Formats: sequence, structure tokens, C-alpha cells
Amino acid sequence: MIELEGLTKRFGTTTAVDHLSFRIRPGVVTGFLGPNGAGKSTTMRMMLDLDNPTSGTVRVYGKHYRDLSEPLKHVGALLDAKAMHGGRSAYNNLLCLAQSNRIPRQRVDEVLDLVGLTAVAKKKSKGFSLGMSQRLGIASALLGDPEILMFDEPVNGLDPEGILWIRNLMKGLAAEGRTIFVSSHLMSEMALTADHLVVIGQGKLLADLPMADFIQQNSRSYVRLRSPQQERLKDLLHEAGINVVSVPATGTLEIDGVSAEQLGELAARHQIVLHELSPQRASLEEAFMRMTADSVEYHAHAPGMAADNPARPADVPAWGAAHTATRKAGE
Amino acid sequence: MAFTAVLQSEWTKIRTVASTSWTLALVFLVTVGFAALFSATFDPNRLDAAQRATFDPTATSLSSMELGQLAMIVFGVLVVSTEYSTGMIRTSLAAVPRREHFLLGKMAVATALALAVGLLTSFASFFLTQALLGDLGIGIGEENVLRAVTGAGLYLALLALFCMGVAAMLRSSVAAISVLVPFFLIVSNLLVGFEATRTVGQYLPSNAGGRIMQVVPHAFDSPETPYGPWGGFGIMVLWTLAAVLGGYAVLRKRDA
Ligand SMILES: Nc1ncnc2c1ncn2[C@@H]1O[C@H](COP(=O)(O)OP(=O)(O)O)[C@@H](O)[C@H]1O
Ligand SMILES: [Mg+2]
Repeated sequence: MIELEGLTKRFGTTTAVDHLSFRIRPGVVTGFLGPNGAGKSTTMRMMLDLDNPTSGTVRVYGKHYRDLSEPLKHVGALLDAKAMHGGRSAYNNLLCLAQSNRIPRQRVDEVLDLVGLTAVAKKKSKGFSLGMSQRLGIASALLGDPEILMFDEPVNGLDPEGILWIRNLMKGLAAEGRTIFVSSHLMSEMALTADHLVVIGQGKLLADLPMADFIQQNSRSYVRLRSPQQERLKDLLHEAGINVVSVPATGTLEIDGVSAEQLGELAARHQIVLHELSPQRASLEEAFMRMTADSVEYHAHAPGMAADNPARPADVPAWGAAHTATRKAGE
Repeated sequence: MAFTAVLQSEWTKIRTVASTSWTLALVFLVTVGFAALFSATFDPNRLDAAQRATFDPTATSLSSMELGQLAMIVFGVLVVSTEYSTGMIRTSLAAVPRREHFLLGKMAVATALALAVGLLTSFASFFLTQALLGDLGIGIGEENVLRAVTGAGLYLALLALFCMGVAAMLRSSVAAISVLVPFFLIVSNLLVGFEATRTVGQYLPSNAGGRIMQVVPHAFDSPETPYGPWGGFGIMVLWTLAAVLGGYAVLRKRDA
């Protein structure tokens, strides 16, 4: 399908994409997740041979994109909804693309119908709202009836109705057995659509794993403790061989893999006052933010946000590294 | 990928934007209009003996091209630069990733169109002007006249192609137009105007290429050229080739 190997892109001194290697699996929706500025768009541009990599390669069906004859019949992409000539009608924008890849004219009408733009087909596309431009971009991606579809942050800036439409469209396309590669900076969006996850931060691969594994690893529960005798409590837990993480922002302790009952009893045995003893469930968004905490360019300084916490050893499961290793071993 | 498919696609692109019709209509209207105005108000009694001896009725028809060509410059630039200003370039290159196919297809279609409009303009301008000049007029069958009128059409096509190459190098309408218009309107004329810079000036594309439009060698007190009409045209072809290759190099090397 599509394989990236050691893909690297530098803009002056900025390394936007840093030795990225992964494979897009056929027939599933792969979510390409990373905070803003992580290098998602740059990676996608290199996949379409729009930007030249500083080093590394992208292969589509084993070939360079440039060597595909009639590429729209293999890969359809929506990178930027506004990447059309605004002075040209929606129909003509699609027609010239179709002709370049010898796609029959009637397919233009079909895709316009599919995205619901038939009524405005003869209108100049510069008057289109973002939602309509997005639909036009999707129509252009679907023109060649391609097996692989790529969407760069397709729901950005859309109203709820537009978001829902895109989500359903992607589900429908996936159900037809197409390969979908879609980027987002929101974990919650990915959780709804993706079967597989590729996570990057500062251009580097952080994780490459099935969505189910990510959820399983991250929907783990932990117990939050708060006590006026925190230091003593910590010592006790250490003595008992229990791993503790302090969260300075909230003044709490977080404990994995030990039940609230056990912890409560332990505290009672040593007569430690507890102000809080509560079982918690980490959200996927939190897990993602922790994962990329070291790599976001500008931290959001909201108190208590996971991104502000130092990455905790217990929380950095062997995602990227171990998973890639197992996969390689299995190949 | 079939190159004919790219040609067909580029033809659709060019015929479905407004800038094509208004720039090309301006080429025609400005050239023909000013030629007509000039010859209708022409008074042969104001010529001195030397001017009368070198009077070139063909050049009179074609001198308004000096102004009409500005619209052709804009046409050539916009054909390429709107791909960048609209962001269409990424969509275009994703569909036709072979840079040489994309650029050659676009240039071939736009140059052919410029040639058609160029010839239409030069012939219309010629016949209208000659009719208005009355006794001073000349027929298309006279020596070298057909060469000059056809040459004017070729000149416009080549000029458009040169501008496409420059626009592909600069990738911006504003940058390309603000380099090319002063270059053709002012710099070229200024350099041949002074003795010291004349030899350099004569090798600039518009001065060398424009030689093909002259029938009478020293018409309008024009200086001696070190090349003939086709030699001059050849020099302009070389300039154009350089611009096209430069544009191709930039397209290949730079990120879209
Ligand atoms: N054309 C460019 N010139 C210079 N820097 C760029 C360019 N494109 C992207 N970058 C930089 O590369 C990094 C990655 O950007 P991008 O790929 O757009 O990230 P994302 O899509 O994940 O938000 C950012 O730091 C961005 O500023
Ligand atoms: Mg982006």
C-alpha cells in the first residue's frame, strides 16, 4: 500500500518530519494523530510528492508517487479544501482534474451528486463556504474511485453538521473496503473513526498500534489519593512495593494496579488521614496528551492539565517502540 | 500517463477562467485600436525627406504591439501564477505528478492559444491600418510583408511563453508582472536608446524578437542591428528557452 521509510523533512533549521517509518494498512481507517505542528501535513504532502523529502522515501504500491500513471485512480486526497481555482466553477474544477487522468466526464456529475453539490455545480468555487469547499475537495478525491483516500484534518473548522457528514462519509468509504488515512490533532475524533493509530510528535513516530490496543492500554484505571500526610503515605506505599506518582499540580498521588479498598485499608492500618480516595479512569485524550507532552511546541498552561505534568514512567507504556519491535519480529 | 490527457485538461483549465478572455481580448483591442487610431490620424506631410524614404507602412500597423504586448505578458504570467495564488498547484500536481508533463502541457496549450490570438491580432491590425493609410498603404504580397505580419503573431506567442517561464520561476503574479512589465516597457527601450548600452539592449528579447516586424531596415530612425529578422527571432527563442528551463528547474526543485 503506502510505505514510509526514514522520511525526513527539514525547513531551514526546523525538522518538521524526523525519520518517520510506518506502513498504511489496506482496508482500514488509519488515524494520523499529532498535536499542531507535529508534521502531519508535511508528511502527507511528501506522500503525494508535493514536497521533496530531505531524505527517506515514500512508496505507493511499491512505486514513487511520481511514477504512478493516472494517480487519481489509486490515491485520492483532500489536503486543503481551498486548493482549487476560485474563478472556475465547481464542475470545471473537477472536469480538468478528471481529464488529466482520463476519468470519464459522467464521473464528475456522479461525485458532485455524492457530495451534494449538484445544485451549485456551475457556481464559481470562490463563493463557497468552508463546508462546501470541503465537499468539493472530497469530490475531487473521489473522482478516480481510488482505493486509498487521504484526508488532512477534514473536520477542522466545520460546523457540527459538516463534522457528522464527514464522519459518516469516512465510515461509508471504509465499509466499501477502502484504505483511509486521516489526520487529526484530536484524540476524541480519532477514537470515533480510526481502526489503527499512528501518533507523531515533533515529526517523530511515537506510536503505531491498533486503536483497540490503545484503548485497552489507556482506559486502565488508577486510584487518586490525597492526604495531609502525603510524605509518610508515599514512604509507606514504597515500602509496600507500590508504584506512586505525585501530581504536584493537584497535590495528589496516583496509583496503578492496586484497588481503592486495599489502599484504604493500608492507610487505616497506619492511621493516615485521607482526604480523597477515588478510583479514576484516564480519558484517551489525556493519554494522548501525556504521550505527546514532551513534543508539543507550545504548552497550554491550564492548571491540572495532563500536558503540564511531567511524563510519568508508569504512563509511558512501550507503545511505539515495543509495538514496532513486535511487528517487525512478526514480519 | 497520456500527454494528450494533460493537454485536454489544460485546455479546460485555460478556457474556464475569466483572465484568459480579458487578457487576450485586450491584446487584440489595444493593438488593433491604437494602430487604427495612429493611421487614421496620420499626416504624411509632417514627414521629412529621410523619414519619407524609410517610411514602413507595415511597422506602422504593428507598432501598437508595444502596448498590446503588455496584456500578453499578463496572460502568460496569470496562466502559470494563478496555480500558485489559488493553491490549485497542489491539486494539479497530485493529479499530474510528472512536472515536465504538467508544465509542458500547460505551456503548449497556452502558447498555441497565444499564437492564434497573436496572428489574428497582427493580421487584423495590418489590414485595417493599410486600408486607413490609403495611398501610403502596402499589400500583404509585397516583399517581406507577410514575414513581418506573421512574425508579429509569432512574437506575441513567444512573448507569452517567455512570461510563463518567468512566472514559473517566480511563482507569484505580482512578482512576475512587476518584473516583466517594466522590463519590456522601459528597460528594453531605454537600453537601445543610448549609444553606450545599445549593443546590450539589442540582444534583449523584445528588441531582438521585434526585428521580425520591420520591413524597411531603418524605419522610424531605428538603428542598425547586428542580426537579421530571423536571427533576432532566434535570439528571442533562446531567451524563451532559458526562461522555460529555469521555470522547469524551479518547479522540480521546490516544494509545491
Ligand atoms: N513550507 C514551510 N516552511 C517552513 N516551515 C514549515 C513549512 N511547512 C511546515 N513547516 C513547519 O513544519 C512543522 C510541521 O508543520 P505541519 O506539517 O504543518 O504540522 P501539522 O500538520 O502536524 O500541524 C511546523 O513547525 C511548521 O511550522
Ligand atoms: Mg496540518
